[in-house]
Amino acid sequence: MFDTFPLWPTRASTTAGSVDALFIFLVALSALMSVAIFTMITVFAVRYRRRRGVAAEQIEGSTALEVTWSVIPLFIFVVIFVWGALIYFKERTPPRGATEVYVVAKQWMWKLQHEEGQREINQLHVPLGRDVKLILTSQDVIHSFYVPAFRIKQDVLPGRYTTAWFHPTRAGTYHLFCAEYCGSQHSGMIGQVVVLEPAQYENWLSGGGASGSMASSGQNIFQQLGCSTCHRSDTQGRGPNLVGLFGKPVQLEDGRVITADENYIRESILTPGAKVVSGFKPIMPVFQGLVSEEQLNALVAYVKSLNPSPSGAAGGPTVVPSGAKPQETKVQ
Amino acid sequence: MATAAITAERENYLNQEYGIKSWLLTVDHKRIALLYLLSITFFFFIGGFFALLIRLELLTPAGDLVQADTYNKLFTMHGQVMVFFFLIPSIPAVLGNFLVPLMIGAKDLAFPRINLLSWYLYIIAGVLMLHCMLTGGVDTGWTFYTPFSTAFSNTKVIEAGLAIFISGFSSILTGLNFVVTIHRMRAPGMTWDRLPLFIWAHYATSIIQLLGTPVIAVTLVLVVLERALHLGIFDPTRGGDPLLFQHLFWFYSHPAVYIMILPSMGVVTEIIPCFSRKRIFGYKFVALSSISIAVFGFLVWAHHMFVAGISLYAALIFSALSYLVAVPSAIKVFNWTATMYKGSITFSTPMLYAFGFVGLFTMGGLTGLFLAALGIDVHVTDTYFVVAHFHYIMVGGALMGYLGGMHFWWPKISGRMYPESLGRLAALIVFLGFNLTFFPQFILGYLGMPRRYWQYPPEFQVLNVLSTAGATVLAVGYLLPMVYFLWSMRYGKVAPDNPWGASGLEWMTTSPPPTFNFDKPPVVTWEAYDYEHIPAPQEARSGG
Repeated sequence: MFDTFPLWPTRASTTAGSVDALFIFLVALSALMSVAIFTMITVFAVRYRRRRGVAAEQIEGSTALEVTWSVIPLFIFVVIFVWGALIYFKERTPPRGATEVYVVAKQWMWKLQHEEGQREINQLHVPLGRDVKLILTSQDVIHSFYVPAFRIKQDVLPGRYTTAWFHPTRAGTYHLFCAEYCGSQHSGMIGQVVVLEPAQYENWLSGGGASGSMASSGQNIFQQLGCSTCHRSDTQGRGPNLVGLFGKPVQLEDGRVITADENYIRESILTPGAKVVSGFKPIMPVFQGLVSEEQLNALVAYVKSLNPSPSGAAGGPTVVPSGAKPQETKVQ
Repeated sequence: MATAAITAERENYLNQEYGIKSWLLTVDHKRIALLYLLSITFFFFIGGFFALLIRLELLTPAGDLVQADTYNKLFTMHGQVMVFFFLIPSIPAVLGNFLVPLMIGAKDLAFPRINLLSWYLYIIAGVLMLHCMLTGGVDTGWTFYTPFSTAFSNTKVIEAGLAIFISGFSSILTGLNFVVTIHRMRAPGMTWDRLPLFIWAHYATSIIQLLGTPVIAVTLVLVVLERALHLGIFDPTRGGDPLLFQHLFWFYSHPAVYIMILPSMGVVTEIIPCFSRKRIFGYKFVALSSISIAVFGFLVWAHHMFVAGISLYAALIFSALSYLVAVPSAIKVFNWTATMYKGSITFSTPMLYAFGFVGLFTMGGLTGLFLAALGIDVHVTDTYFVVAHFHYIMVGGALMGYLGGMHFWWPKISGRMYPESLGRLAALIVFLGFNLTFFPQFILGYLGMPRRYWQYPPEFQVLNVLSTAGATVLAVGYLLPMVYFLWSMRYGKVAPDNPWGASGLEWMTTSPPPTFNFDKPPVVTWEAYDYEHIPAPQEARSGG
């Protein structure tokens, strides 16, 4: 499975290639710079070693040289900065339509759930050639989700979601590490990412005993907790209508406009008073401590599923919470 | 040499008074420097002992030498001891303390009693830290990340936090003393543009100590408050924000790297001109680069947090600013190199350390460019790549500079010469051992081995074995100078006042200097690094 003495990490995602390209450029640049400096030092050390009757020549300095060796590196630094930033921009922007996997980290275990409902522990099966988006949170301390073969790493924080994504390009089994120190068994908080051919993946997905998608279990929780009494799918509810909410701008009571992302939905369930939608009263009960991370994930998945699917966009309701600035339905 | 042996020993700061009380109650900056030297050496060997245990554990992939919890305490305390009790005080509190007044022609620091107080604070902090280590230790990593440190760790977080809190005041007082001394106590004629660059480097360092250290102190107080009184500051379950801690912590701890490296740069800037017999190339640019490192150093802290969950735009800004701080560092390297051009170079021990410094600092600096590049940082942050990078800066850079400085000024401090050939040998061993220890870690990091791992997948073993082998070589390299320095105090050749033919007021007084440094107050009429008018030392000339 793994080489016994590798000197270069496996490249198994689209990101890996672009990270490696910049890395190789930097290695070449550093080698060039160090060889240049070390050669100069060596040449000077030999050429100008102390000799009888030869005194040093006193040189005060040279502003022209100083400017040159400040500006040229600065220029090179700008190139590196832009190049690195471009890669990062891509890394931090999950593509639309990615398969979503919810990750809950805890001391010292990774709990993962696919949007189809399949659960895994310390193992993540993903299909080759598809975008996979991770929505990560922690039950206790900070962890970090790290797959060297994909060149991705994202800290996993308690109390909020962070996201990451990758596009596997090579079937195989790869290390999953926790990269943020998290206590006694930090180095034992490891697992595997298994990239399967699409057909194998479908097999694997249907093989497990998942009882319905995350959205459907989210819907059950939504009913059980009584959320549906206020959040109705018409405009008559005491709470905002959640249909089509995800990803839309929301006008708040205090005048701010924020985007309804996973963290907003999460916060609005746990501490509803934090961001009250314009036109509504802060009457929703606090659910902090009443729902588990897994239930919360299912609820978020359910709210996201209320968005009209891209194909049937015309038929779905395009409702914005009342009071909010009417917004045209964007192409999903 | 014969005359030196016959002459009865002059009265100097070492022999003026004897007895333990004359040391513990001294207000002489030179004696306090020696008190610091003893205490930081003690902590260096404790930290080094932890490092060796860490490397031994990592010899095999399985966690077999110590328990996981013990390992976590080892790397935590290695970091805390080395950073707060060795590196930060190292050059400023020992060489800076000894040399700042001498170099500017002063009798002592501006506040001699505060100077002694800062040593006592350091000792109180050190005793507390020792007590903490002996009664169970702490396992949070030297970074104290929340909420692990405030709500989950069941080790002695509060005690370690308080120890570092107190040591911070020692650091602040030293910085304050230097700033005031450099402003107010310069000898007549010692204008700002005649100051040795060692002084400029310490001035820049002191500014960071003064402005940065209070922030870590407050941050640690907040950690203690949350842990002890359950206030919600960093813990999200109590309404806190764990990222707030990281911002506060790195606001100090990134500039702290410059507290460690700037003085070392100052040392190298003294050594290279001396052994090239040349004035420094681009005096003003070297001085200015120290100040700009200190200023820009405060603006880059969040580059430790690119995967921590900060916004995309924050990451962009901190990446860009990080490249700005690289420019003054590059300027220094170029100026050191240019100083050698058309010089008259000898390869004495301090010069070998200076070469080592430039080489290792260059590698550390260049790998910093990798880490500041956002796309690459995501992959290599929190791996051994980072571990290798900061050891190249903090050990390869700061420690090489410290050892170079110790060899350069040892004749002045002790009045004795160390054995030159052993000195060169040790410098070589340190350089080779260092590279063998830490270069493999760059590769390990890019392969993806996370830091702070007690056990690791077997494919990482070969590189780890190399690293451990290097660490044992390095240990020999560090023990050797301690042995021959001690030896030289009794058996070393008596040092002349200016054995290297160096510029600088410290070489114009006797070795070792009298208690009040100069028999008559110096008046300065020349520029720093005036090597045109200073004869090269006798020995090198005849040997040339």
